[in-house]
Amino acid sequence: MSAATAVASRDTVYNDRVVRQFAIMTVVWGIVGMLVGVIIAAQLLWPALNFDLPWTSFGRLRPLHTNAVIFAFGGSALFACSYYIVQRTCHARLFSDGLAAFTFWGWQLIIVAAAVTLPLGLTSAKEYAELEWPIDVAIAVVWVAYGIVFFGTLAKRRIQHIYVANWFFAAYIITIAVLHIVNSAAVPVSATKSYSLYAGVVDAMVQWWYGHNAVGFFLTAGFLGMMYYFVPKQAGRPIYSYRLSVVHFWALISIYMWAGPHHLHYTSLPDWVQSLGMVFSLMLIAPSWGGMINGIMTLSGAWEKLRSDPILKFLIVSLSFYGMSTFEGPMMSIRTVNALSHYTDWTIGHVHSGALGWVAMISVGSIYALVPRLYGRTEMYSVKMIDLHFWTTTIGIVLYVASMWIAGVMQGLMWRATNADGTLTYSFIESLAATYPYYAIRLLGGTLVFAGMLLMAWNVWQTVRQRSAEIDVPIPAPA
Amino acid sequence: MSTGTSWFIIIVTLLNIAGCVWLLVANGRAVDPAGTAKDTGHVWDGDLQELNNPLPRWWFWLFIISVIFSLAYLVLYPGLGSFRGVLGWSQSGQHAGEVARANAAQKERYARYASLSLPALAADPEAMGTARTLYANYCAACHGSDARGGAGFPNLTDASWLYGGDPDTVLASIANGRMGAMPGWEAALGGEAGVDEVTAYVLSLSGTAGDPGRIAAGEAKYATYCVACHGVDGSGNPALGAPNLKDDVWLYGGDAVTVRTSIAKGRQGQMPAHEALLGTDRVRLLAAYVLKLSSGDGST
Repeated sequence: MSAATAVASRDTVYNDRVVRQFAIMTVVWGIVGMLVGVIIAAQLLWPALNFDLPWTSFGRLRPLHTNAVIFAFGGSALFACSYYIVQRTCHARLFSDGLAAFTFWGWQLIIVAAAVTLPLGLTSAKEYAELEWPIDVAIAVVWVAYGIVFFGTLAKRRIQHIYVANWFFAAYIITIAVLHIVNSAAVPVSATKSYSLYAGVVDAMVQWWYGHNAVGFFLTAGFLGMMYYFVPKQAGRPIYSYRLSVVHFWALISIYMWAGPHHLHYTSLPDWVQSLGMVFSLMLIAPSWGGMINGIMTLSGAWEKLRSDPILKFLIVSLSFYGMSTFEGPMMSIRTVNALSHYTDWTIGHVHSGALGWVAMISVGSIYALVPRLYGRTEMYSVKMIDLHFWTTTIGIVLYVASMWIAGVMQGLMWRATNADGTLTYSFIESLAATYPYYAIRLLGGTLVFAGMLLMAWNVWQTVRQRSAEIDVPIPAPA
Repeated sequence: MSTGTSWFIIIVTLLNIAGCVWLLVANGRAVDPAGTAKDTGHVWDGDLQELNNPLPRWWFWLFIISVIFSLAYLVLYPGLGSFRGVLGWSQSGQHAGEVARANAAQKERYARYASLSLPALAADPEAMGTARTLYANYCAACHGSDARGGAGFPNLTDASWLYGGDPDTVLASIANGRMGAMPGWEAALGGEAGVDEVTAYVLSLSGTAGDPGRIAAGEAKYATYCVACHGVDGSGNPALGAPNLKDDVWLYGGDAVTVRTSIAKGRQGQMPAHEALLGTDRVRLLAAYVLKLSSGDGST
């Protein structure tokens, strides 16, 4: 093949190489992140598993777990799906193959750096933003490159109307850049140590403005982008309502920005800021549910496919968990509810109904839909195994979330219980002892979810082994 | 906050809410009369299309209700800049009110406790019931739920006291805290050999046999360096919190290695002050409870 025809063919096929790379790493990091989760869940049950070593202590492994699951697993899934979807819905190859490859290797390097520095105890101590400043700088650089690739591809689209999935990807890419740079602003004192630019309650507010919008834009908007492509594709049905997507998109991204202060109820944060965080969280119910309705109603008229297609089961159940946790979140933001739920394991349950039920299930479903398309197959190697994965995951999540609900409400009630003489009825250690059975159930649930990821890895591996010789997908000719 | 800042907050807040309502109402009105939703005519990636169904009514009203609730909340509670809300609620006010109510409810009970001496409190079942839960919340983390202490944390159930076991002294220990400081003596004693000798002598005081030559050498060093605090005969000095070395009660451990470490490196013991945290009445209850524990009534 001459150089000229090679260039020509590159312009007539999609860049699926970077999508394949990110899709495979989604599975790898999913296994790593959830394994660390299982380990720290076991440590809460059996503290001896800390091994009395600083590097394996709960305090260092917990941020490793959250970073690995959110940014390595979830992040790789978002990169893979956004690169795939923006090409398919723009009928255009990625803006720059080189920059796309840079984002892949850059992101993987950042994850490895996180996996080394967090167990070493190098941390800025900001939740979900623990990485020290040199890694933060690298994240900003890779993210800007991501933005250039994504918006560059949008700019060269050959379909005039921008598909709804891309609105959500666009909002997530822009907002995460702003959130990350503002929240990570710090004064470095050495290569491995820095101090936040903000002090006291301002620092706390910036942290939770970032923290809650990481939920809103990384874990919600980004994954809604995935949903808006893979649900209609997998169901073979058009999106339910364009106008619903317009309303819930703009309402979601404008209202989410205000919700952070609900993490700081009854603290030194001024009362008025707490109230604004609470009411904007309540007003988020409807915009959040807009996405769920649009996804589930897309299946209207094709419900029977839920019986035969386990990928669709993943997608639809993920939307159910999404609807549940976006109702639960606003309820927990109410001052009086928060007074009970704050600092308890209820929060952990809520986070995992979102992170496992919504984020992991929509990612897993999307990757199952994606992998055969990326390797020139019509379906995964074993559809039965997807079904088994679906059930281990669903049962695991229900065990996890339900046990943490019960544990959290119990802890909240025990901590506030007082005797007639004004003393606390229970000492802290009594509430901890009462939580042990629920820690055991949580560990069981988490182990089931982790086991499902191993099934997925095997299934993906077998599918990749049977890939077609020709896996490049041609871009449709201009109409 | 300045008036300008306050108005900025109010305007941005209300504009965002109004914008969402406008978006909702503008798109909510256009209900498809025939009930047959048409697609938008856009097609992506071969078969991706969109219908344009009307907004579900229940969803429309859910949004409206959440907005009405939020606006009402912002009228009633602080939220819109420096406007305090018509209810006058604040979290500090809520806290002060709850504390005042609790204090009023407990007033009689604690007045009675205050009228009793420490020995009388220790014999009062109701007072000791309160004291037991106070102990579980504020003392058990260090002294143990059975009050038998641990390495570095005194056993409260025996008759051995660092600072004295009379009621006033126990009360002072809890109310004001204690700072126990044993200096490190390795350099002054001439290195490891000197430390070993003093260790042998100190252990011999409570009856542990050792090499007579070492013990004699240790005794000479003891008389120079240790005697000021621990006394000529090793019986300690409660005024300083210097432990009795003859009673075979060990705060950090009585094995040769631990005693040797205590002498060579010193120890820093800290009992935090509790009066500012708990108030006089509750500190007295705890003092009485500790007296009761050490009197041999070990029922925790």
